[in-house]
Amino acid sequence: MFDVSLAALAAQVFTGLVLGMIFVLLAIGLSLIFGLMTVVNFAHGSFYMLGAYFGFFLLGRTGNFWVSLVVAPLMVGTFGLLIERFLVRRLYGRGPDDPLLLTFGLSLVMVEGARMIWGKIGLTFDPPRALASAVDLGFTRFPAYRLFVIAITAAVLVALWAFLTRTDVGLVIRAGSRDPLMVRALGIDLGRIWLIVFGIGSALAGLAGILAGPMRGVYAEMGVTMVIESFVVVVVGGMGSLLGAVVAGLLIGEVVSLTTFFAPKLSEIMVFVVMALVLLIRPSGLFGEPGLLE
Amino acid sequence: MNRRSFLTTTTAGAAAVIAFPAVLKAQSKDPIRIGFPSPLTGPFAALADDQKRGAELAVDELNAKGGILGRKVEVLIRDDQLKPAVGAQRTQELIEKDRCQFIVGGLAAHVQMAINEQTKKSKVLFISVSQSDEISAKPDTSPLTFHEALNPTITSRAVGTWVAQNLGKKWWIIYADYAWGKQNNAVLQDTLKKLGGTVLGATPYPLGNPEFSAHLPKIQAAKPEVLMHMTPGADDIAFLKQAISFGMKKDMKFAKPLHWIPQAKEGGPELYSDVYGAINFYWELQDSNPSAKRYVEAYRKKFNTPPGDYGAYAYSAILEVARGVELAKSTESMAVADALRANPVYDHYKGKQWWRKCDNKSFQDLWMMKGRDKLKGGEWGLLEVVAKVPANEELDRTCAEKGLA
Amino acid sequence: MRRRLFGVIAAHPVVAFVVVFAVFPFLVPYRALATQVLIYGLFALGFNLLYGYTGLLSFGHAAYYGLGAYGAGIALAKLGVGSLWLALAIGLGLAGAGGLVIGFLCLRRRGIYFAMLTLAFAQLLYFIGFHAATWTGGDDGLRGIPLHPLGIGPFTVSLDTSIAFYYFAFAIVCVAVAGLKRILDSPFGAVLQAIRENSDRAMACGYNITRIKLLSFVFSALFAGTAGALEALRLNVVPIESLYWSTSGQVVMMTLLGGAGTFFGPFVGAATFLVLEDRASVFTESWPLVIGLIFMAFVLFLPRGIWGTLLYWIAPRRTPA
Repeated sequence: MFDVSLAALAAQVFTGLVLGMIFVLLAIGLSLIFGLMTVVNFAHGSFYMLGAYFGFFLLGRTGNFWVSLVVAPLMVGTFGLLIERFLVRRLYGRGPDDPLLLTFGLSLVMVEGARMIWGKIGLTFDPPRALASAVDLGFTRFPAYRLFVIAITAAVLVALWAFLTRTDVGLVIRAGSRDPLMVRALGIDLGRIWLIVFGIGSALAGLAGILAGPMRGVYAEMGVTMVIESFVVVVVGGMGSLLGAVVAGLLIGEVVSLTTFFAPKLSEIMVFVVMALVLLIRPSGLFGEPGLLE
Repeated sequence: MNRRSFLTTTTAGAAAVIAFPAVLKAQSKDPIRIGFPSPLTGPFAALADDQKRGAELAVDELNAKGGILGRKVEVLIRDDQLKPAVGAQRTQELIEKDRCQFIVGGLAAHVQMAINEQTKKSKVLFISVSQSDEISAKPDTSPLTFHEALNPTITSRAVGTWVAQNLGKKWWIIYADYAWGKQNNAVLQDTLKKLGGTVLGATPYPLGNPEFSAHLPKIQAAKPEVLMHMTPGADDIAFLKQAISFGMKKDMKFAKPLHWIPQAKEGGPELYSDVYGAINFYWELQDSNPSAKRYVEAYRKKFNTPPGDYGAYAYSAILEVARGVELAKSTESMAVADALRANPVYDHYKGKQWWRKCDNKSFQDLWMMKGRDKLKGGEWGLLEVVAKVPANEELDRTCAEKGLA
Repeated sequence: MRRRLFGVIAAHPVVAFVVVFAVFPFLVPYRALATQVLIYGLFALGFNLLYGYTGLLSFGHAAYYGLGAYGAGIALAKLGVGSLWLALAIGLGLAGAGGLVIGFLCLRRRGIYFAMLTLAFAQLLYFIGFHAATWTGGDDGLRGIPLHPLGIGPFTVSLDTSIAFYYFAFAIVCVAVAGLKRILDSPFGAVLQAIRENSDRAMACGYNITRIKLLSFVFSALFAGTAGALEALRLNVVPIESLYWSTSGQVVMMTLLGGAGTFFGPFVGAATFLVLEDRASVFTESWPLVIGLIFMAFVLFLPRGIWGTLLYWIAPRRTPA
């Protein structure tokens, strides 16, 4: 097990980084939505799936990957806005069960809908030619596309951080994640904020989907297991904490990657073991606030 | 007995005698129903669709000829959701409520076995139509359990032998860590060793988590001649994408135990060119095989598309049920099973097949295929026949090895 | 009149249950579906005790269902146990033990963290079940579970037919339902509901709420385990999916659909979910779409669950919020 070359290990760490970035995108959306709205968004995996399918569709229409990369998440985000405004909003004040049921039903509808629209056989699309090669990193050759995923996610995260810390809307979102009651008591209309948060969350999931597409293929069930792992990431990071989502996403990505490398049989369970360990030591996750949603 | 009761009895008796032939006729005009659980929803829906169409074609052909024993044939297709509990439930429903006399079906090994438990319990004939090593062995098999499809042992021995003799004897194996993957891995390694080859390494991965970039550099460094991969369904697409992005197709040959047509279509020549694998049936066999020609033409005529792989199993199994009923002149399951064992040879879509008596296993030809660089002859011209592996009982375990006879 | 009828039902739930389910097999399209409703209803009943009455959401209830199923299944198939009662008891015991251990570990945390820990343990059990193939059959499932004739005193009854098995399961579930009523009516039951409403206050009243929660957890696991054991006997197989999170998800859905925190909610939810799924899948291949839409409609317009909403319409004052 330990006669492993440093190069292979380093390559594996990089792969974990890529996977981690996808998790981060998903977890941030989930954490925002859960933290602010107490909504367990079971349909998050379906938004991820939708991003991949929209990406395929747009690529077919425009032939341009970069355009699809920008537009697909926007389309998913818009879809998310509609879902919030017309479905989730009605459940305000009813406690956490109803949104869970609603989004579960929604995910069934979305997965089956995708199958009906795009067929039962999966689809593939390729990264743009510019990224199709492998880059020599010195210790190993690594697919350029994956490096791109890391870069673009980092850029999006920086933009998101700027939005959350530098704008007024961002301030309200962060405050609302910490203490929704207080924010309303201050007279701020949370309705608009929820709309924005749900839209951003689903757009991020959609972005994760279109980024993952060229690496894994596009098929209706692709979001189903991702949703569970995303929840694990959010819990490990701490509900409502965005720094937590980032750290936990990368951590879980590395855990999956390295376990697959050293002990493939354990890779499915390792994620849960890590979660249990983290929760045992830090009851509210790595960066979560105690008392939040308990 | 007074006059009234005498009259009542006699009238009733007379009525019964007059009605009896009508009753008999009504009974014998009852359709023969074959239940068919299949995963119509879920990741293998495309294969299930093919199964459904194969079954429907068989039923149409039978009814066009006047049915079986003068009775119409019906196939009742139900969604088993790829879950054993649902498969078992549907089977119970088909037998109990819909009064099916026979069951054909199953796509996943674990679902087949759950269906089998129910058919064994209800003493109904079951012909399983997808891969499984256990279904024809102890303790799962029974005198009423028949297995129409290929199994991992047969497929991997055939593929392993051909690949070792034609592509290279130094392999690396990647396999999904569950029953099907492990079975194929075991058989492939055994086959290779017997032919004097070497397994440079074997890497399991968790099914449904297709992240291979960890292993690929290691595999490249080991320089195998052949990379064998048991990566079913969507995992196969992910695997090929990743392997190609590492440039591995140039360095080694790719082979797998089975080609699946929906996956080949999904990945297209870009992913599947030069990938070798076995298949039970491919529509282009119509050019050289008269049974195949008949089947392909009939399927094309009805569905406007060439037949796939798994549909043919369903087609054949339904026709076998019919043949058994005709031979036994009865719809009683054990009689039909005995009739099939007594007359084991048949040919419905690709050539001679036969049932082995001790385990009710169907032996049949299979073909080695290779993915084409470019489609030929339309959007389904994805694979090319490379070699035929004739039916051979030595490709499977012996009945003794299966715990039978 | 309606109010009176509901009043009677509410006052004598066990009797009502016996009456309805005694004739239930004749109300549904086929027997096996009726038995399935009974079994999943029992599973949901157990989940509801923990969630609806104690206020603890578990995402990993498949663990106890699976332990019950594998316990009974392994006893019959691998250990050669000849008595159905003993096999059931083994399944039950295993589920209860699992509930005790896992409950103890998970109850150290609250809210969503508690829920995710229960999920983690269930997945751990799934992983073990998947890999311990010599005992559990691995991902092929545990097959060949014999259904011995049932021994009742000096008699043996064969459970070969669907209807015989139904009434066997019915008897067991009746005992469970009566047991639940006793639990809920007892002081223990009252404290459970107090914990659900405001656990800090209950603690302030001097109750050892952790111990009470654990007890509720164990009871809940026992119910779930019985359901699992019955299902193993019914299907003669235990699929590995019995331990998977999708099974946990199903029982949550059924309970919420029927109405959490109500006595009959779990059975109503189980019946609705299963009958819907069964009938929809016969009519259309896109049945998940239909189910999903129906779900969403229920959530939007019948938030208390079906039974909960019915109760509320008939007797708004009596119904807990």
